[in-house]
Amino acid sequence: MSFRPDHEIHKRRFGRNLGIGLVLATLVALIFGMTVVKITEGNVAAAIAGNQSSD
Amino acid sequence: MTDASAPSPALELEAEFKDFVALLKPRVMVLVVFTAFVGLMAAPTQLHPFLTLVAIVCIAIGGGAAGALNMWWDSDIDKIMKRTQKRPIPSGKVTPDEAKMIGCALSGFSVMMLGLATNFYAAALLAFTIFFYIVIYTIWLKRSTPQNIVIGGAAGAFPPMIGWAAATGTVSFESVLMFALVFMWTPPHFWALALFTKADYYNAEVPMLTVTHGRKSTRQHIIVYTVLLAALGGATVLSSLGGPLYIVATVFLNIKFFVGAFKIWRRNEEDSERDGFLVERKFFKFSLFYLFVLFAAILADSTLSRLGVWGWI
Repeated sequence: MSFRPDHEIHKRRFGRNLGIGLVLATLVALIFGMTVVKITEGNVAAAIAGNQSSD
Repeated sequence: MTDASAPSPALELEAEFKDFVALLKPRVMVLVVFTAFVGLMAAPTQLHPFLTLVAIVCIAIGGGAAGALNMWWDSDIDKIMKRTQKRPIPSGKVTPDEAKMIGCALSGFSVMMLGLATNFYAAALLAFTIFFYIVIYTIWLKRSTPQNIVIGGAAGAFPPMIGWAAATGTVSFESVLMFALVFMWTPPHFWALALFTKADYYNAEVPMLTVTHGRKSTRQHIIVYTVLLAALGGATVLSSLGGPLYIVATVFLNIKFFVGAFKIWRRNEEDSERDGFLVERKFFKFSLFYLFVLFAAILADSTLSRLGVWGWI
């Protein structure tokens, strides 16, 4: 069974959707990373190791 | 008979992802990102590296949003000017409404994100920069005064101040100096462009200095601003930004920039026509190199100082 090859217009739309998908994924990563840094007050390694501040 | 190999009109107008990227003026964004990064790194207090990355992304998105809104408002004249005819709106790939919506959405997003990542002082500066570029420069000054580039140039000069504010939460003498350097650099840079794009601004009825005061006056203005820029570059040596590399860079760059401006001032239209505006084109290209190297020197000095290689900053 053979599929008809994609029309150029569909290739362009796919490229656009892929680009927007990657941008959104990057933003999710940035917001996640920013949240981790803020919550751990910049000391991510200590937070992972389980150290807690005295207060 | 129709040409079956020619792309259909619908396909011609179907935007690709790169058209939406072009809407954000990526080449201008490079300059914005670089000067903002130098502002961030030259500041006496440092952000967490990840927050530095987020801050730079936010400033880049804010600059891109301003570019999209500029293209929305200027779509009528972009159609007329050769230099801008291939932009996404005049070429029919993106509609003006799409550009406006993207610009507004990215503006709001970038300002909020910068506020959350760093501080709301930097976010307010970014919001003001977008407002200044769109309302003060694009909508008001660009089509009403030959000083459009001089005053409007402030919009492009804010990024190092935003970077500095993101790190320190304040404005200081050094960040104002970085603002002033870009501010003074902008007029000769754009007037050189206006000299060799020739009829573009005239056809679009944009009152650039070349159109309102003539090309000879523009050449004089270029040399005056080049001297002012050199004086400012010299004065900056006395601030904490003036490390050894900055001193070497500013001397070399300002001498070469002045020589270029002097050549432009000495030339007349016949000379320029004869060699296809070679000197003006070279001056324009060198102006980009000038700003990049000057800010790279500030960055290198502050980094080396932080590493203890030399330490009076």
